Amino acid sequence: MNLATLTSKKSLVPAVLVLLVILLATVPLYASLGTITLLISFLMYIILAVSWAMFSGPTGYISLASAAFFGIGVYTPALLYAEGAPLLPLPVVIIIAGLVALCCALVIGAATLRLRGIFFTMFTFGLIGASTPIIQYFEFETHGARGRYIQSMGIDNVYYLMLITFVAVMAIVYLLRRSRYGLALQGIGQNEEAAAHMGVDTTRMKVITFGISGIFMGITGAIMALSWKYVDPSTAFNLNYSFLPLLMALVGGMGQLYGPVIGALGFAYLRYTLLSNAARYYMLIFGIIMIVFILFLPGGLASLIEKGRNRLREVIARLVKGGEAGQHANT
Amino acid sequence: MTGTILGIIFNGLMIGGIYALIAMGFTLQYGVARVLNLAHGEFIMFAAFSSLALNRLFGISPLLSVVIVALGLFIVGFALHSTMFRRLLKSSPSPAAFEGSSLLAAFGLLYIIQSTAKVIWPGLPAWKTFLDFPINIFGVQILANKVVALSFALVIALAFYLLLARTRMGKAIRAAAQDRATAGLMGINVDSMLALCFGLGIALAGIAGILYSICYGASTDMGMNNTFIAMAVVVLGGLGSVPGAFIGGLMLGVFSEILRQYAPIFAMPAFYFIFLIMVLARPTGIMGKK
Repeated sequence: MNLATLTSKKSLVPAVLVLLVILLATVPLYASLGTITLLISFLMYIILAVSWAMFSGPTGYISLASAAFFGIGVYTPALLYAEGAPLLPLPVVIIIAGLVALCCALVIGAATLRLRGIFFTMFTFGLIGASTPIIQYFEFETHGARGRYIQSMGIDNVYYLMLITFVAVMAIVYLLRRSRYGLALQGIGQNEEAAAHMGVDTTRMKVITFGISGIFMGITGAIMALSWKYVDPSTAFNLNYSFLPLLMALVGGMGQLYGPVIGALGFAYLRYTLLSNAARYYMLIFGIIMIVFILFLPGGLASLIEKGRNRLREVIARLVKGGEAGQHANT
Repeated sequence: MTGTILGIIFNGLMIGGIYALIAMGFTLQYGVARVLNLAHGEFIMFAAFSSLALNRLFGISPLLSVVIVALGLFIVGFALHSTMFRRLLKSSPSPAAFEGSSLLAAFGLLYIIQSTAKVIWPGLPAWKTFLDFPINIFGVQILANKVVALSFALVIALAFYLLLARTRMGKAIRAAAQDRATAGLMGINVDSMLALCFGLGIALAGIAGILYSICYGASTDMGMNNTFIAMAVVVLGGLGSVPGAFIGGLMLGVFSEILRQYAPIFAMPAFYFIFLIMVLARPTGIMGKK
């Protein structure tokens, strides 16, 4: 048995992941309602952070539109799967949520992603503030009430839907990172002009990736709405859903696939504990953490972990070499 | 009828003067210091609440607290730039990377300031206006606070323009905006010029915030809308152009006053629409150079 295989991820990682998914899938059999609700919110933040990092990580175009796609997703079941009168079967509704978010993302992307990143960020920053009044107005005019009720369903089903989405987004991001397509995105982030000269259709790449990340945000919104049962424009379209995924991905580190995941887990847990103990201070604390990371650890926790792993690998390699040298000396 | 039109134009110019101040600060921060300050509106909010607090605690008139708060915010902005943003600038591999990381830092700042304000001044919006008696100008009844706000805004905008266009320091700032490296070689202390601009930008936001609050009051949620208004004005006038921000601000002010008469809730969507049209059709703005 070679010691170095312990630190290489080739054999170990897939086995651990499969085990983890099986473990997560069996959770509703024994866990309490509170635990399942908590896990749903953890999965939600992971999906949002990973799909935010999918686009903004490699390209460097900072999107603040996550909340808009999430809100579109929330409103799809509110309209199509209303309490007492579901218009369409649930899977169709969730797919529609993803598709509507995709269309919006493609339109926004096609309009603004050909410009410099700064315009794109400003555009996405204003999206929530500009669309909420319109939705509120139409809700009030056509529906006559502030919010809407959604057909209720078992929390276990919500959990499984979220888990499936989680597995799907992780698989897609994994494949994306390994493909030529992922390399092209990295190229855009490092030097867009050079990437264009190498034959990458940069605008198309950006728009498509932005669209894919939008799909997952929309689907997540739709699933979350099922667990909330009641939605109104200000809970659905809340800028926090743009801020938190960004913060999680940034602190976790976007250089690695697992970075946004650990960031999301950490912050979702921190948010959960702070909300029950110091609700007034939690956004303040999050803001401070964000600035500290930008200043002192821009690569996020993942860069720290990678550094530690490389160090470990070096030490092991040295030990192995030393052992071999010792053997040679003996013979 | 002419009375109404005059009233709309005057009220529009008034709010436009405030928009102009907000946008001039914003465009200065981006044009010179290259920081897209997403927290700009939070400084507006913070200034408005500080002036209300100064009034409540010490009985200081808002017209005096403009000076105090603007000075205080200038120092805050200068310190913020010379600690946080300068560090980011030195560690960023490229200008694009700095734009990204600095706007993320500003986004963090947005949340810090907003939650701090919510902790210090919890509860409902503070609707305390000042000097709200009407005076008569050319047969139009106008509240005195709006006249004060507009004259303040015009004087400050003019002073600011003169500072940039006529003084040695203004020349240094413009040089630093055009080419940082060459400006440094010419003996300009670029770091302190960038910090100065960032501080000035925040001071302008503060002045605008107080002028806004004496006319309309303030709420802890007002920041983000104001940041977006600044973006719309700046894109209309041309990103980085100070005269463009001034003219764009007055234009959007009159436009928003017309909207306020007929469809007040669509103000933000309409600004967004203007922003979108400008970004798509002419990203350099009405005053910008190609």
